[in-house]
Amino acid sequence: MVDSEKGSFTLEKVSVTYGKEMAVTDVSLFIPARQVMALIGPSGCGKTTLLRCLNRMNDELGNVTVGGKIILDGVDINSPAVDPVALRTQVGQVFQKPNPFPMSIYDNITFGPRTLGIRKKGELDAIVEDTLKRAALWKEVHKNLKKHAFELSGGQQQRLCIARALATSPECLLMDEPCSALDPISTQLIEDTMEKLKNAVTIVIVTHSMQQASRVSDNTAFMLRESMEEPARLIEVSETEKLFTVPSDPRTEAYITGRFG
Amino acid sequence: MSQAASVRTLAKAAPQGLVVNPRIKHAHYFETAARIITGGALVAVISVIVFVLGYILYRGIGSLSWEFISTPPQARMTEGGILPALIGTLWLVLLTAVFALPVGIATGIYLSEFAKGRIARFIRVAIANMAGVPSVIYGLFGFAAFSIALGFSKSLLAMGLTLTCVTLPVIITATEEALKQLPKELRLASLALGATRWRTTWRIVVPTAAPGIITGSILGLSRAAGETAPILFTGVAFFAPTAQSLMQPSMALPYHLYIMATQPVRPAPHIVWGTALVLVGMLSIINAGIALWRSRKRKKLKW
Amino acid sequence: MKSAHHRLDISRMGFSRTADVVARTIISVVAWVAIVILAGIAAFLIQNSLKALQELGLWHMVAGSDWFPTSANASFGFLPAEVGSIWVTAIALMLCVPFGILAAIYLSEFANSRVKEVGKTIIEFMAAVPSVVFGLIGMTLLVPLIARIFDLSSGLTGFTAGLCVGIVCLPTIISISEDAMHAVPDELRQGALALGNNRWQMAYKVIVPAASSGIFAAVMLGLGRAIGETMVVLMVAGNAGIIPTSPFLAARTMTATIAQETGEVVRGGLHFSVLFVMGLVLFTITFLINLVADSVLERQRRRWRR
Repeated sequence: MVDSEKGSFTLEKVSVTYGKEMAVTDVSLFIPARQVMALIGPSGCGKTTLLRCLNRMNDELGNVTVGGKIILDGVDINSPAVDPVALRTQVGQVFQKPNPFPMSIYDNITFGPRTLGIRKKGELDAIVEDTLKRAALWKEVHKNLKKHAFELSGGQQQRLCIARALATSPECLLMDEPCSALDPISTQLIEDTMEKLKNAVTIVIVTHSMQQASRVSDNTAFMLRESMEEPARLIEVSETEKLFTVPSDPRTEAYITGRFG
Repeated sequence: MSQAASVRTLAKAAPQGLVVNPRIKHAHYFETAARIITGGALVAVISVIVFVLGYILYRGIGSLSWEFISTPPQARMTEGGILPALIGTLWLVLLTAVFALPVGIATGIYLSEFAKGRIARFIRVAIANMAGVPSVIYGLFGFAAFSIALGFSKSLLAMGLTLTCVTLPVIITATEEALKQLPKELRLASLALGATRWRTTWRIVVPTAAPGIITGSILGLSRAAGETAPILFTGVAFFAPTAQSLMQPSMALPYHLYIMATQPVRPAPHIVWGTALVLVGMLSIINAGIALWRSRKRKKLKW
Repeated sequence: MKSAHHRLDISRMGFSRTADVVARTIISVVAWVAIVILAGIAAFLIQNSLKALQELGLWHMVAGSDWFPTSANASFGFLPAEVGSIWVTAIALMLCVPFGILAAIYLSEFANSRVKEVGKTIIEFMAAVPSVVFGLIGMTLLVPLIARIFDLSSGLTGFTAGLCVGIVCLPTIISISEDAMHAVPDELRQGALALGNNRWQMAYKVIVPAASSGIFAAVMLGLGRAIGETMVVLMVAGNAGIIPTSPFLAARTMTATIAQETGEVVRGGLHFSVLFVMGLVLFTITFLINLVADSVLERQRRRWRR
């Protein structure tokens, strides 16, 4: 039995300020559970900044303040009662460049569960197998889980990072241009993985590529920073199909038809 | 105007190929001269050190024997070996490691991973300054603080603590540098999995930087092995049997070398050069080993 | 199934949170050790200096020209040691500054990566050779050589010591000025080469000026190292407690004086205290030198960071 609301984000008038400079303002957005939401827009439009609000990674960068409300499963994640460290076990992240830890495949994946206090070998083994299968890497590596992660190819490393993020059984996975450093075949594999994953987790993906957004996402949000003096805003959000065929805002249309960005 | 002129010269010279301004030709001579002069300076510096090592090997090799390493001095220091000095130096390095490694590595971790702003700057200035304090001043400090104020008198312990002060800045800097070389993404990956900052540091960052931290620390400790001035007043002995406790004075290789070399009467050159060879040989092996290990690591690790 | 609220409960992370706070607190306290030690050095030097400062006065010592600490009518003038230190340091710098900077330019701008790696490793090793070893080589080879060349009765002179100290300081100067040149962004190199400069013109017109503050800091740190060098001077400078009017006379530096006499004097006596005053003077000088070098280096670091 699945609770249909679990893993959904509601953003209300979210703004992000670096020091004194406002980077993103007035973003109100509903991210439905167990679907793929794509954030698109020209570079420097605050997509990644907004993404990092969802697992409070901005806290780690220092000098960043987030305004407005971000509600995950009915809880405001910026309220003092929420521990960002605990939050991140529920909202995983995959980075632009594959960043496995310099240790074995097995140890990479079990790092998260061990953080949660899972120590039993059997339990850890099960997690490793399960997550590697979900990340479509099991077939390639199951014979040698002690292999050093650096010996994997770039695409394999990125799938390992996905498996690693899944190992804490998060409700949501944030992906920050996960394929930008990969070849087309690896990209294909990761997109297939996302397709399967969304039955279980909400995925928010930042991408440069409109094609990728249109291939993998159910909904798309378009962000834009109209001038250097202004912070970035959310221009339009709708079902992906609709956004790419009948955008309601002329600026969205300009972007997807390639007139800027 | 001048542009038109230069176009004309180019055009004129075109059949013979590119115009070569005589000043450029001149500059080529300077280039060669500069390479020779700067390269010569480097060669000179390197030959000094190679010569020093070679000469010590040449003079010392004859004195080297198992007996030299394994027996104490005899016949009023004119015969016999250097065992108590060798053991003393090993004790000093061990003591320094015990005190300086935890403190130095912790400080390096703090500076690289946690410290921000003014406090970090303040601590860094202090460390840079510590590194520049003359070693004889550490000797005075160690004498006043450890031997007299803390009552450790002239002992291995007082010497070890003094050498700890000398070595700390090296270990701190090495640790900080090793940690700083790691990419930020490594830390972010761990934090994004819900690890605390400390878990990230202790389980991911420090193990990854461990080779750099270890090699830097060993280099720092190997300096402690060669220091003389800091132990002059804190417990080094002209002659003493191998110390039985940390509260006893002890011999040490560099001081033994100094005292034997400056002995005006009844000199024993074979002991001097043998001691020098043992000291330098020990440090050479450590350094060469680390250099090899590092260059191999560098080829293997890529970010 | 667990409720959403339960999942974001902070108490679940309680243990690792506590570990985080405890560990961070411990290392942030430990990190003060450098400051504690520096303050401790200053405090102990001052404490032991008080007796001499009160009885003789600082100026009397710093500007006094006679050093007869053990005679019946003892006098404690630092000038012989100060002049000795100045000779040794000056000669050391005349040797190691030009050689060090030129070698650093070659390493940073001309050498290929292989020569660079080997060169830097050797220089690093040179820094690890104990100064007693350089003192020994100086005593054995340089002292007779200097005596013969300059026709002196003894080669144990400030000049000889200066040469040896210069060699000891070389690695400091080379590695710090090489670092400074290495830190100059490659765009500047390409810019200079694209304008038709050859590598030498690029080095002296662009790189050396751009790295000048770092090179200056290297010289300052070399200076600090030279003033503070003890064992070499003790072994080859000749150890005469009179004002050396020429570098070709036997000399004795402040460091050598402290090293020679501290172990032999009566603890807590006037002579003992005077030696701590000398230490305090030396500490203050090197502290100021290091402070200048560090602030110059910090400014350079900030400049290239962006």
